[in-house]
Amino acid sequence: MMDILADISQHLAQGDHERVSQLTKKALEQHTSPEEILNKALIEGMNVVGTRYRNHEIFLPDVLLAAKAMYAGMDVLRPLFLKGGIPTSGKVVLGTVQGDLHDIGKNLVGIMLKGAGFEVIDLGSNVAPEKFIGVAKQEDAGVIGMSALLTTTMPVMGRVVELLKREGLTHRIKTIIGGAPVSEKFAAEIGADAYGYDSAHAIECIKELMNEV
Amino acid sequence: MKKTIRMKADDVKPERNCFLNGLGIVPGRKRSERTEAILDRAMQLFLASCHPIGMISEVSIPEFEVLYHGEGLNEEETPLDLIFRKADTLAIFAATLGSEVSERIDELFKSFEFALGSMLDSVASEGTERAVDRLEEEFFDWLVRKGRVGHSAGILRYSPGYCGWHMSGQRKLFEFLHPEEIGITLLESFIMVPLKSITGVMVVGRKEIHQFEDSYPFCKECRTHSCRDRIRKLMGVSAVQNPEGGI
Repeated sequence: MMDILADISQHLAQGDHERVSQLTKKALEQHTSPEEILNKALIEGMNVVGTRYRNHEIFLPDVLLAAKAMYAGMDVLRPLFLKGGIPTSGKVVLGTVQGDLHDIGKNLVGIMLKGAGFEVIDLGSNVAPEKFIGVAKQEDAGVIGMSALLTTTMPVMGRVVELLKREGLTHRIKTIIGGAPVSEKFAAEIGADAYGYDSAHAIECIKELMNEV
Repeated sequence: MKKTIRMKADDVKPERNCFLNGLGIVPGRKRSERTEAILDRAMQLFLASCHPIGMISEVSIPEFEVLYHGEGLNEEETPLDLIFRKADTLAIFAATLGSEVSERIDELFKSFEFALGSMLDSVASEGTERAVDRLEEEFFDWLVRKGRVGHSAGILRYSPGYCGWHMSGQRKLFEFLHPEEIGITLLESFIMVPLKSITGVMVVGRKEIHQFEDSYPFCKECRTHSCRDRIRKLMGVSAVQNPEGGI
């Protein structure tokens, strides 16, 4: 059984989505549990990819190919998890803040979060502060992730943190911010819980934040 | 001079190595065949979906002073504030690749083609810069032909949102130039649509006027310090000659 899980993991790291899909089906035929395939093959494979990316052994396109392969495996497993939903490492609400339409960075974080086993609720771009909070409350999300590419839209991030404080939710909903003009200093100024320098770093921060909620 | 310039996609096609950095790819390092294939496909999609167009309008120093002041939100001291006053000639510009390329990028992400989508995004960002390069060349050649500047003069561009020039500067710039004529609109948050668009000012004059130290307070927040490369290139100094980054 371990061989096929390692095989899936390896093909995932190579970004071979067709093979990952085939092998996932094969593993199920061999009575491997969906949870085991998810955790020991797909998420484990993405963890390896994440480590290699952080060590500069592979590049972003390789990570994104691996993510597509993971999605292919997940597509096979999803119907089997329908009753209780896919087990996740936590829920994250993501969005590009109000006034801003740049969403590539936010998309990359979302893709990598899903690869790390998180459930991602992507609100898209131009997201109002109230919507971030409303959806996070409704979905019982542990983290709100906000992206901005312009100095003019960065203040919206502060408004989200302020609203969370006003509603007394900062102990159960953590915030992380990212984007070209954003910095660790700015995160501290507005009271955000973390600043993700890039997509890989954001995933590490969110993993830590999830432990605090 | 006020001119609208249509370009061919091929004229703004970026060099491969120019956009690899944005994807975390170290130029010179071996890339997988799969990555190479995606690069080729991204380039094909770029050529098929970008429709570059730009406009330039000369502006006097007093006129630009008003434009640059914008909504009064610039940093107190900025390099451009010192540079533009020493210019021989200024021109404001806008360029865009059109909306189709952004639509293709969105479609690729929605269909889980993440690697190709992000690659096309990087190619398009670099392609937008190349479109402005073409405008710069056109403007500079015109100035030389008219005998207004010599070949030894230099041209560099600056845009709102960088180096202390506040994003809100876009408003006055739009009021003066009317980039709507080439399909660019400005949102309340000063974002331009289509996203792959650039506006700014081209500063023509002695190359030396562009030299400045990257020690302004806002430089600490800058991730790229790309001004160093731009000035080096203008002055004809290679990074190898000047590894410490000083100009």
